[in-house]
Amino acid sequence: MTGHVHRDDFGSRLGMWLFLVTEMVLFGGLFIGYSYMRYRYPAEFHHGGGELNATLGIINTLVLLTSSLTVVLAIVAIQRAEKKRAMAFLGTTLALGLTFLVIKGFEWGAKFHHGIYPNSHHLATMPPGEQVFFGLYFTMTGLHGVHVIVGLGLLSVMLWWVATDRVRQDRYVHLENSGLYWHLVDVIWIFLLPLFYLAA
Amino acid sequence: MSTHASTAQPSYLVDTGARKGLMAWLTTTDHKRIGLLYLYSMITFFFVGVGIGFVMRLVQLTTFQKLISAQTYNALFTVHGVIMIFLFVVPGLPAIFGNFFLPILIGAKDVSFPRLNLASWYFFVAGAILAVLSLFTGGGAPDTGWTFYAPFSLKTGTNVSLAVFAAFVLGFSSMLTGINFITTIHRLRAPGMKWFRMPLMCWALYSTAWIQLLATPIVAITLVLVILERFFGIGIFDPSKGGDPLLYQHLFWIYSHPAVYIMILPAMGAISEILPTFAKRPIFGYKAIAFSSMSIAAVGSLVWAHHMFTSGMSATANMVFSLLTMIVAVPSAIKVFNWVSTLYKGSIDFQPPLLFTLTFIFLFCIGGLTGVMQGALALNVHIHDTYFIVGHFHYVMFGGTGMALFAALLYWFPKMWGKMYSKKAIYASWFPMFIGFNMLYFGMMILGMMGMPRRYYVHLPQFHTMHVVATVGSWLLILGLVMFFGTLLYAIFKGEKAEDNPWGGVTLEWTIPSPPPLENFEEIPTITHGPYHFEQQEAK
Amino acid sequence: MSEHAEHSAEHAEHPGYGTFIKIWLILVVLTGCLVGVSHLGQTAAVWGLLTLTPLKAGLVFYYFMHLKYEGPLFKVVVLVTLGTLLIFFALLFSDVAFR
Repeated sequence: MTGHVHRDDFGSRLGMWLFLVTEMVLFGGLFIGYSYMRYRYPAEFHHGGGELNATLGIINTLVLLTSSLTVVLAIVAIQRAEKKRAMAFLGTTLALGLTFLVIKGFEWGAKFHHGIYPNSHHLATMPPGEQVFFGLYFTMTGLHGVHVIVGLGLLSVMLWWVATDRVRQDRYVHLENSGLYWHLVDVIWIFLLPLFYLAA
Repeated sequence: MSTHASTAQPSYLVDTGARKGLMAWLTTTDHKRIGLLYLYSMITFFFVGVGIGFVMRLVQLTTFQKLISAQTYNALFTVHGVIMIFLFVVPGLPAIFGNFFLPILIGAKDVSFPRLNLASWYFFVAGAILAVLSLFTGGGAPDTGWTFYAPFSLKTGTNVSLAVFAAFVLGFSSMLTGINFITTIHRLRAPGMKWFRMPLMCWALYSTAWIQLLATPIVAITLVLVILERFFGIGIFDPSKGGDPLLYQHLFWIYSHPAVYIMILPAMGAISEILPTFAKRPIFGYKAIAFSSMSIAAVGSLVWAHHMFTSGMSATANMVFSLLTMIVAVPSAIKVFNWVSTLYKGSIDFQPPLLFTLTFIFLFCIGGLTGVMQGALALNVHIHDTYFIVGHFHYVMFGGTGMALFAALLYWFPKMWGKMYSKKAIYASWFPMFIGFNMLYFGMMILGMMGMPRRYYVHLPQFHTMHVVATVGSWLLILGLVMFFGTLLYAIFKGEKAEDNPWGGVTLEWTIPSPPPLENFEEIPTITHGPYHFEQQEAK
Repeated sequence: MSEHAEHSAEHAEHPGYGTFIKIWLILVVLTGCLVGVSHLGQTAAVWGLLTLTPLKAGLVFYYFMHLKYEGPLFKVVVLVTLGTLLIFFALLFSDVAFR
């Protein structure tokens, strides 16, 4: 191998943070688009927010916050060489992430059932501002959902690596980086909650 | 210079691993080989783009002709733009010379993430293949222009979705390269290589990488929105659903204007490397150039809406962006003055790289100054969407980035392949290139001033003479390009063996053999002084 | 961004379970406040959005994402990113708000 004679954990984390920068800007672009549209259609956004199920949004917030906690606890466990506990924490995170997706699925399913989905006839009868609201809602929560799925994939690999000791007390930067990704997914949801569900 | 005949390490061009030949190249994690992979793929696409440009100029040779259909013409200028911008000018210098020389210039053995580096190249190739596929599949080649402006891009039946997805993948490649370079510069500088001892190319690549990180995701999400719109009709850019095409333009230019600086900053970095070597004195105003790179990166990210002065933005925004646009000229001018001052009282050794460097400065000044003209609102409204714009950005992108890329190629060629090209043949190629370039693009600017709109399939009789001049210019330009690359290609196979330091450069790449050994340095050097430390200067 | 700071951060003491559980409790409480505030009318909801949400995000960044325990470089990276987004936002509104 060329290069890499030494392991550079700090460099790995720096690389991950720089990747997160691109993720922040990616969603930042959507948030900018959101504020642009909300400025144009304040009343419609207010009304659109009323049609979303705030309870499910809040429950999902708590689910993700807790899953974020368990990831960071898994890192503490690894630092203390408590392998079983780390695996339990990671498993909890995976379960919570799946719960989030299931709740999300029910929520979207209910919307679809009411005829609210992009390009639907029912949506076309709504005022333009609300069409944009739901366009943004499906785009932003959808893209966030994709990130949740990617994060779950990463964390599953981490669970496997912890189990097989590829991630261990003296070598856990991969777990840290996957955790960073998961926290960012959480942060994005922290913003999505008030922007959509609490907008009414 | 001493030859390194007894070097223990073989050259990076020799296969040492288990795999041989093509497979060794396609699985390499060596930054030098990846740089060459980029070079070969990009030059190929460059010539595809040149070929399309050639056909477009042929179309304008007559006022009304039937060489190709109007729809094909629309597809050609779209594809010309997409290929030249996304596959050549934007990734050009950072991916080729950044990859090859960044680790060497800071005294490292490789970049921080070599495997990610190879992955970036594969993303690049995947994006390129998708872009080419989009021409022949679906509803035919996209006809929107490279800007993919909504709402037309949402409604046209041509294969915009795939082309846009290709741009998305290419953007991903560009971001990963940016991540790699920033981490490399932070982590792998040789002992003693302080920030202000780094060669200016590194500063340029560093600021470029930051723009790549902070601007590319915006276009990525914009393009995703276009795709979602085309498949699901989410309506964010569609006025019939309450969306706003102006939002598209804003988001698109938030990336695509900084992309201009992604193109030009590494070019400026390469120029700042070449000049001291041939003036045989340290660069004038090292810190001014380093900081102007960073401030171009910063201010350049804030001027995007000057592409939108006629699109119906608020008057306030027009004025704000006009002012900001003028401000970018300041750090750019700082660089030009510093380069010229570097030459002043230098003991100038005139060689092909210096010729192309001076060409860069000349053409870039024309491109830059016409850019400032367009920053002025009143004039902008008059020349918006005319050939003046086309001429202007070719001066910046081709006259600027393109010429700098050629200069860099000439400068580092002996290091990269260990061979020397025929200097006479390069000088000979310069004349048709330079004359043709100015006939073509200055001709375009005159046409624009006369009122010729861009992207038109036919033209009125009063524009005819200048169109013929421009077309003849394009032939000369292509002749020059073919001579130039023919010379270099010949030199790769049949060139004389180059010395380790043919130009008398003093940065780190000239301290190692040509071509460089596998791990660049026998032993990581310790740096005790700044990058342009010429002995003559010391003696004074 | 000195090299020393980058290295010393790596050898800092690792925080324990307790710290993070406390932060999680604060986050849950803040979420409750945010929901409560959103019922007090539009103005309160917007202010809640503009203050509580960044605060929550900040806590996740600072503690869960270990920014507190890293050197200055990462903090600068995050601030530069957020600053850039803020400037993009402001310049965009120089158009939207005055159209």
